[in-house]
Amino acid sequence: MPANKKSMKKGNLLQSIVVHALLIIGAIAFMFPLYWMVVTALKTLPEVLQSPPLWFPKKLLWSNFKTAINIIPFWTYTMNTVIVCVLSVIGTLISSTLVAYAFSRLQWKGREFTFKCVLATMMIPFPVLMVPLFVLFSKIGWVGSLKPLWAPTFFASAFNIFLLRQFFMTIPMELSEAARIDGCSEFGILVRIILPLSKPVLLVVALFQFIYSWNDFLAPLIYLTRQETFTLSLGLQFYQSQQGGSQWNYLMAAATLVVLPVLVLYFIAQRYFIEGISLTGVKG
Amino acid sequence: MTNKQKHILKVLAFLSPWIIGFIVFQLYPIASSVYYSFCYYDILRPPGFVGLDNYRSLLTDEVFLHSLIVTGIYAALAIPLSLIVSLFFAILLNQKIFGRGMFRVIYFLPSLIPMAALGVLWKWVLHGEHGILNHILRLLHIPAPNWLGSTAWATPAMVMTGIWAVGGSIVIYLAALQDVPKSLYESAEIDGAGFFGKVRHVTLPMISPVIYFNLVMTIIASLQVFVIPYIITEGGPARSTYYYALYLFDNAFRFLRMGYASAMAIILFLIIFTLTMVTTKIASKKVYYAGK
Repeated sequence: MPANKKSMKKGNLLQSIVVHALLIIGAIAFMFPLYWMVVTALKTLPEVLQSPPLWFPKKLLWSNFKTAINIIPFWTYTMNTVIVCVLSVIGTLISSTLVAYAFSRLQWKGREFTFKCVLATMMIPFPVLMVPLFVLFSKIGWVGSLKPLWAPTFFASAFNIFLLRQFFMTIPMELSEAARIDGCSEFGILVRIILPLSKPVLLVVALFQFIYSWNDFLAPLIYLTRQETFTLSLGLQFYQSQQGGSQWNYLMAAATLVVLPVLVLYFIAQRYFIEGISLTGVKG
Repeated sequence: MTNKQKHILKVLAFLSPWIIGFIVFQLYPIASSVYYSFCYYDILRPPGFVGLDNYRSLLTDEVFLHSLIVTGIYAALAIPLSLIVSLFFAILLNQKIFGRGMFRVIYFLPSLIPMAALGVLWKWVLHGEHGILNHILRLLHIPAPNWLGSTAWATPAMVMTGIWAVGGSIVIYLAALQDVPKSLYESAEIDGAGFFGKVRHVTLPMISPVIYFNLVMTIIASLQVFVIPYIITEGGPARSTYYYALYLFDNAFRFLRMGYASAMAIILFLIIFTLTMVTTKIASKKVYYAGK
């Protein structure tokens, strides 16, 4: 039936055009706010408030970034954020690999049930923990320091345990058994056999934790009290609440500076990101 | 020491970071929250037991009831819309298309943006007078509401801001869609199913476990919505975006009514727990697990 086939082909072409058109419209909607952030950051104040708005500034005012860096103590905030991020990554890598090892490479009674409990803790809403944690950290004198932001990562997080366990399970058990026969300890097996084989997932965990800590807002808002200890996210919000909402170009320049490292990191390690996120859903 | 005991000790050693973390950062705080919720507590003096007073006051607290209602409205908009938008784009991305990788990056990028930056950016985009969104709406001759200055439009504005960062779910759905066996689509085609027929009878049932997972996560997240309204509207105008978590935060850290805030936290926990259970119950009938 050649006629029928032809009309089907036509239908497919039409469908393909509609799909691409919808995707392009969506892509514009998803990208435009980011474009607008950068473009606003490069405008003069009169240009920012001009009506109708300029889709592109006449002259790119790169000096706005310099101004933004000077207005907010940008380097102090960056330093604080990097400290929290790096310590959190170290903390979660050490603790979550140990725990994930017990949930994937060791046999023990009640393992699956305990693992379900670990997963269930992901659903605990933070507001339930917020007040007692604040009380706890203020009692030991940690409120106002960066410690409450990174110290908990040294006690494993459910999400990272989950990711690492998924990966550790795929490594053949024979490797561990052979090492055990050779007299290798469990810790030795983890360090010498499992970890070298798990580099991609370790990178995913490190990336996710880094970005989580970089982006976190609520915990810094609760625990940090002095401007010298603010992270970038909190500092950005502090600046916008101080300046009263008029200097949009500087504010957007500051926002761009906060976003930029995350995007750079993403483009460097893109492949791992998508793999990691796909991993979270597939077995969910 | 027997071998068995040795083995148990070994397991405990590996588990110890989680066990300690669970007790110190989760179990103890939950227990304390329950205890504080029955106390008057301003953190300066030790908590004093007041029985059910906090819960009783909440029932007559108009701000509390208001925050519960506006959070409900937010969730009722945000949960289905983010589900539909992310599924919609994931299904489109799963068709035979050019530049799938590029589109996936574009849709995913906004979800990486720090909430604080996302907040200040959308505060600018949504600006009633100088905001670019309203300028575009005016160009298209669509009425441009004063998003952040109107009690009717502030919550939709928050929902829209949240949906912009839905890329993580799109990627998760896309991964699930790519796992659906091609043969199922082919047999559906032979049975005469069109595009929508295939979506309804093949795609949705096959990825229903992932939909369920995302749905539960979205429910939990939208009932706790905090950062975006905190930055963009600070709960305004006229408390129209004064969501549950904002009022809870203010009670705890602005008014130092820690006991009262804890009672709110326990109620939030119960609401989330109930909704998760209900969703799971419904899902157990509708979700299809291949190979089970």
